[in-house]
Amino acid sequence: MNRFEYARPATVEQAIAAGAVPGSAYLAAGTNLVDLMKGGVIRPSKLIDISRLPGLDRIERLSDGGVRIGALVRNADLAHDADFARRFPAVAEALLSGASAQLRNAATTGGNLLQRTRCGYFYDTASACNKREPGAGCDAVGGENRLHAILGWSGQCIATHPSDFCVPLVALDAVVEVAGPAGRRDIPLEQFHLLPGERPERETMLEAGALITAVRLPAEAAGFASHARYLKIRERTSFAFAVVSAAAALRLDGGVVAEGRIALGGVALKPWRAREAEALLAGAQPEPAVFRRAAEAALEDARPSGDNAFKIELARRIVVRALTLAAAGTPERMPALPASPFSGVFAHV
Amino acid sequence: MGLSITLTINGEARAMTLDDPRITLLDLLRERLELTGTKKGCDRGQCGACTVLLDGRRVNACLALALSHDGADILTIEGVAQGGPLHPVQAAFIEHDGLQCGFCTPGQIMSAIGMIREGQIWGTGAGDDPERVREAMSGNLCRCAAYIGITEAVLDAQLRVAAAGSDATRRDAA
Repeated sequence: MNRFEYARPATVEQAIAAGAVPGSAYLAAGTNLVDLMKGGVIRPSKLIDISRLPGLDRIERLSDGGVRIGALVRNADLAHDADFARRFPAVAEALLSGASAQLRNAATTGGNLLQRTRCGYFYDTASACNKREPGAGCDAVGGENRLHAILGWSGQCIATHPSDFCVPLVALDAVVEVAGPAGRRDIPLEQFHLLPGERPERETMLEAGALITAVRLPAEAAGFASHARYLKIRERTSFAFAVVSAAAALRLDGGVVAEGRIALGGVALKPWRAREAEALLAGAQPEPAVFRRAAEAALEDARPSGDNAFKIELARRIVVRALTLAAAGTPERMPALPASPFSGVFAHV
Repeated sequence: MGLSITLTINGEARAMTLDDPRITLLDLLRERLELTGTKKGCDRGQCGACTVLLDGRRVNACLALALSHDGADILTIEGVAQGGPLHPVQAAFIEHDGLQCGFCTPGQIMSAIGMIREGQIWGTGAGDDPERVREAMSGNLCRCAAYIGITEAVLDAQLRVAAAGSDATRRDAA
């Protein structure tokens, strides 16, 4: 790890001023940042410790029925907030399927959105990576890439965004509240993360010095509470990133889907909202043929970036399974294995 | 640059000056305070050997910068029994052979204590379901694969802590 200076500003405004200086990095829990620094992947010259900024650690129910999640709310505290989990069960399930209990006790809401890809070539400083060193090339292309992107990738970068939390959030129209040198603004989560294109070093809409202050869910998002799931395929049962994952949320009216939401994780450099697939659900019966058509639509533009063609069919199947389980109803109690396709499945087939 | 912090470690207030901002809580415990019960396995948040309770919650000490936790209350394996009778979780690990080489054991025990506290606070107790224990303990790896004993020990320890009534773990974070 490189040496660095350390500052702990008292206010968001002071943090922004310090964070706008080139070479600075914000430190919250550090569960991703400290790991990256230990590997020499990133080498900030100054850490701006935002972990104690006032007012950012609250979960606020808004007067319009929405919810504001402060950027410093810990993953575990959010997932176990009874009111939040009841109204947004797929978000709670996604949170509890991520990382380990120790990491969830520390990791923050803002940090989850801003965590870096787990592409092995990004982490390995001896490999070429356009994210780590713009213009260096991408050793994932033609390398070990069976877990890499199948949607939205470019020849410059085929990595994926690793978040579980972001997948149901994007399905439910979450908005990111940002404070920066130019003031405060809202950014829809769907637009917050950038696809790699020609400049994979640009990962989000945040400008230098800007930081996330909160994530908001609109009141409408709670309308899916009785039929919402997050499912995640992992290479081991727990404490692993998604090979592919899906959030599915349905609003049923008289046995018909009034509105459906679908998003995918582990497939692209951003949480992937599947709006074409959602359009096929509206007004349809919640039945296997409809779900399969929606899954086909969700993956219509998918193409392998290497040895990962299997992920396309796997993603279709996880969409079908997530929709099937969502239609069956949100479980009363969080499953023993949150987001596992093998938990409770036999009750529904 | 003098970086002064105060931590309460196993109930004792410790004021110290760090000579380097890079020091993690884990390295502070092991290398500066000679509390070597907390183990360094991967040093990257993947194995759980360094698990301690930070303000009553289990975390990976290897990923926590000490400087960022000025004022915190830390419980390590050394503070669990403090020469007195074994903590119910320790006793259960011994009784159920929840270990072989023992390297991961301090982290396993701290994680189990944290898990039982979480169950009480959030209503997420595993009850008699080994699947819930395995999921809740998945942040602690055991290279000897003593998982069967660990799972039995944690299930039993939950009952012992509940039977103790006063919550043996509450003392830990006091």
